[in-house]
Amino acid sequence: MIRLEKRTAPSQFWTYAAPLLAVMLTMACGGLLFAALGKDPFVTIRTIFWDPLFSEFAWYYRPQLLIKAAPLVLIAIGLSFGFRAGVWNIGAEGQYILGAICGAAVGLAFYPTESVFILPLMIMAGALGGWAWAMIPGVLRVKFGTNEILVSLMLVYVAQNLLASMALGVMRNPDAMGFPGSRNLARYPSATSWINESAGLHWGVVFAFIAVIFAYITLSRHIFGFQVRLSGQSPRAARFAGVNPGLLVLICMGISGALAGLAGLFEVAGPSGLISIDFNAGYGFTAIIVAFLGRLHPVGILLAAGLMALTYIGGEIAQSNLRLPAAAIQVLQGMLLFFLLAVDVLTHYRVRIGTRRIA
Amino acid sequence: MDMSAINPVLLLASLMVAATPILLAAIGELVVERAGVLNLGVEGMMITGAVCGFIVTINAGSPLLGFAGAALGGAMVALVFGILTQVLLSNQVATGLALTLFGLGLAALLGQSYIGIKAPVIAKWPVPLLSDLPLIGPILFNHDPVVYLGILIIAAVWYFLTYSRAGLVLRAVGENHDAAHALGYHVVRVRLLAIMFGGACAGLGGAYLSLVRVPQWTEGLTAGAGWIALAIVVFASWRPWRLLLGAYLFGGVTVLQLNLQAAGFALPVAYLSMAPYLATILVLVMMRSGRAPGSLAQSFHASR
Repeated sequence: MIRLEKRTAPSQFWTYAAPLLAVMLTMACGGLLFAALGKDPFVTIRTIFWDPLFSEFAWYYRPQLLIKAAPLVLIAIGLSFGFRAGVWNIGAEGQYILGAICGAAVGLAFYPTESVFILPLMIMAGALGGWAWAMIPGVLRVKFGTNEILVSLMLVYVAQNLLASMALGVMRNPDAMGFPGSRNLARYPSATSWINESAGLHWGVVFAFIAVIFAYITLSRHIFGFQVRLSGQSPRAARFAGVNPGLLVLICMGISGALAGLAGLFEVAGPSGLISIDFNAGYGFTAIIVAFLGRLHPVGILLAAGLMALTYIGGEIAQSNLRLPAAAIQVLQGMLLFFLLAVDVLTHYRVRIGTRRIA
Repeated sequence: MDMSAINPVLLLASLMVAATPILLAAIGELVVERAGVLNLGVEGMMITGAVCGFIVTINAGSPLLGFAGAALGGAMVALVFGILTQVLLSNQVATGLALTLFGLGLAALLGQSYIGIKAPVIAKWPVPLLSDLPLIGPILFNHDPVVYLGILIIAAVWYFLTYSRAGLVLRAVGENHDAAHALGYHVVRVRLLAIMFGGACAGLGGAYLSLVRVPQWTEGLTAGAGWIALAIVVFASWRPWRLLLGAYLFGGVTVLQLNLQAAGFALPVAYLSMAPYLATILVLVMMRSGRAPGSLAQSFHASR
């Protein structure tokens, strides 16, 4: 009989080994899935996990990895604060959209003026937009005890509709002869977030690295990081330690919203370039996987975002070269999260094989 | 704008149809939560059910088999959630989200060769005599069988939870799993069964979307219905009959919004489409919900 025995402390070994095991299990199961779809599993796995980094066209794919990973890192770092404290902001996708809309609005308002102040203003507007959108579920939870998971999620759908109305209405490019979508901010020198387009470097990448360092220091060295960790592990103990739970909810929500908003702004002013109906690509949801895959640790999140960006880029290559359906990559990402959650049991429990002693 | 284009009888009748998918998914989730499990994967189970139901219906030619397949599909993905959270003791919030992401991908993958096919029309089952009543007849008694099934399931769940021994055990497991375990009940088994029931109901709700409401397969066709179902469970304070009220309230907003769009209301379509989601938030805020089941979202591990 197999049974589980709780460890007194989480296993050091499995804390690091479990994500690797999860990735390997995902590759194995993903291989089976690809075989079932009639593709060569080994070629497909190599295409997804190896080719973007080391193939002969890697010089083209590596910058793409940066572009994909930057918003994931930004959003996931923000979410990790809340997730550690038991504040479940699931609506980062909506905050991402609002950040993009607000930031782009500032940029478009100044068009075609050239000034060094435009991009900083847009960055502030983007962060504010995401922050404000995240404050709605935050304030509702603190004031009325409303479930923040549901409210933040409902606001994603509201934000998507708002995005559609912006792309088709107020923000539509007047010179586009009726096509939906705004002016291209990436072609507007004062507003673009690109630093070096061919190297995949934009301000979002820079901010992502700053966010990682900032989060690492806050969580490990600052009293706020201690309060966040304490609230997640033992809300009662946190009360006794003088943590204001309402304020903590608002701060966690605010950080995640502002970072998601920033991610949206950098995306709209760079890689995406314009506000369009299908501007959001699900980064807000994938970032949830990234946050968990990285164990809510800043450095872990950095690595996890790299891995997730790899599956995106690798998936795109597999899509064009091997005609692998896009949904298969989504299933692969879902599997990864499942396996990660499953092998987590090894970190907190010991597997014992022996006679059964409990009823 | 032409308000006379909105026929109140048709509006109320279509309200019942619009409410049915959410109602089905919500009643399943209600049972799951009464057993002490928070499954946030309703959206994923719904869309899996939607695609399974559609595929079976097209291939077998029978909507009845389609709904059965949808229930089975929903229960199977729910079982993945059940094994992860109950046997491998993973975090229920994270696992539920994973289930949603996985379900959306899986459904898109399964359904890719079914896009653009139209589902066969499901005949209405007018209740004899009652459907001939003026006004009430067309509103309440002239629907397809699934609408009645939804109400029947609510009645059955209410009876099960209130009057049956098994229902009492399920509630005990949800209120205090340690006490239930000490009394000799199989906490994990009860929860796994509840989770599978929840998955089957969500699958039925999804199939109702793809076979009756839309009725064809498109990617992401649930569009947040699963999340709204979760919200309605909170709104209903975990009580079956209040759930019916919540679902109809929501169905009403949806239908009214669609009717206003069709009637050319002065507000742009995008803003009208926000209405159901905003209404859900409003309802969540206004309804100070009742007490949640005591062991909700906690992992159970029988230590010695």
